[in-house]
Amino acid sequence: MSQFLRQYLTVAIFGAAAVLMVGAMLGFGRLLRPTRPQTGKYINYECGVDPVGVGWSQSQIRYYVFALLFVMFDVEAVFIFPWAVRLEALAVFGLAEMGIFIVILALGLVYAWRKGVLRWV
Amino acid sequence: MFAVEIPYWQLTILKTVIVLSIIPAAAVVLGYVFLLKMMAHMQSRMGPMEPGGFHGWFQLIGDGIKFIQKEDIIPGEADRRVFAMAPLVVLISTFLLYVVVPAGPRLVVQNLDVGIFYALAVSSLGVIGVLMAGWASANKFALLGSLRAAGQLIAYELPLVLAVVGVVIQANTMSLQGIVHAQADGAIFGLSWFGNPFILTQLVGFGIFLAAAQAELTQTPFDMPVAESELVAGYMTEYSGFRFLFFFMAEFGTAFALSAIAATLYFGGWYQPFFKTGIMADVMGPVVLGAKIMLIAFLIFWIRFTFPRFREDQLQAFAWKFLIPLSLINIMATAVFKVVL
Repeated sequence: MSQFLRQYLTVAIFGAAAVLMVGAMLGFGRLLRPTRPQTGKYINYECGVDPVGVGWSQSQIRYYVFALLFVMFDVEAVFIFPWAVRLEALAVFGLAEMGIFIVILALGLVYAWRKGVLRWV
Repeated sequence: MFAVEIPYWQLTILKTVIVLSIIPAAAVVLGYVFLLKMMAHMQSRMGPMEPGGFHGWFQLIGDGIKFIQKEDIIPGEADRRVFAMAPLVVLISTFLLYVVVPAGPRLVVQNLDVGIFYALAVSSLGVIGVLMAGWASANKFALLGSLRAAGQLIAYELPLVLAVVGVVIQANTMSLQGIVHAQADGAIFGLSWFGNPFILTQLVGFGIFLAAAQAELTQTPFDMPVAESELVAGYMTEYSGFRFLFFFMAEFGTAFALSAIAATLYFGGWYQPFFKTGIMADVMGPVVLGAKIMLIAFLIFWIRFTFPRFREDQLQAFAWKFLIPLSLINIMATAVFKVVL
């Protein structure tokens, strides 16, 4: 196995260890905890009265627009990282290129700002 | 130190066991020192003093034992499978963070080449768990809490990522071990004894990172997702017993890990000026790193205990209209200095 894959094998092992730990703790807990089912216990909490309607209520559409903006910016951030690592070799050329890139990025933010997307209400 | 080469599998199991014991220990230490003691002093509350005799040190362990004995309740209307899995997803995200944090020249689980990038990617996995928890609970408070959490975590993910770029530019590498070495081998105006902790040049970046980390951890003043006076407990409302404990552990475990990453990026991680290489660096590493982690965790909790909660629109405006433009400026300024000097 190559060194590269082996490094990520460790990551996978750690993920599996987390699953194992949670499983072990829950299994251990099952041995200790009481189980006394009553219908009242399984009603959703809503300030102590019986819940009104279903739990899956409608929510603010604003979150959707912010999520779209986030996807855009996050992908741009991914592009910035390789440049940041190699900046010493790229020197002035890289600096100018990234300057243009970030100005375009900032223009996008200014556009969203002026359009009122960043206003919450 | 490791004169004998330990085979891969044994070494990995050893590392896994160590990290497995570090995470609950970290949660207990942070919870005890800051939540129970510092908050009690800062906010003139009475913290627990009785359990265990000495300043109530047994309190959190007792709380843990209490959680073990609680009934495991899943609401009747909930999406059972997703509900049960959500704490696991959050905890995996915390657990994977510890893979790349170095505690000494050789004391690191795995020194990935894309270390800091990996850490940022993994830390944002927790959002999925939070959304799962809120959605599967079939509870209005939980749903609102999880949507707030998602909106907040994605807004502050960007300043966090962009603040780190400044450090990457200075260090020429994304590997956390490489970043520590870049600081240990650096020099301030030709003085190389002290190294060059990036806090000196990346003060703005550190401020952005700390604010964004505060929001990622949903600590006050960014605690709307779990605002107890509005949303009961946000996405955790329907959780009880062990599954609630997992959320608690993940919160404090992540606080510890993010403090460790901030310490590594800006304070030089495990290095101290006296022993930069050799066995003493490995011995001193965890102690030095631990001290730096406690310093940064102290800052985080100090802010938490001092400021009142933001409004949701103020929160979004602070990220999008202030932190993100500032971090873009920080990137450009760092890059210009790097190329010109």
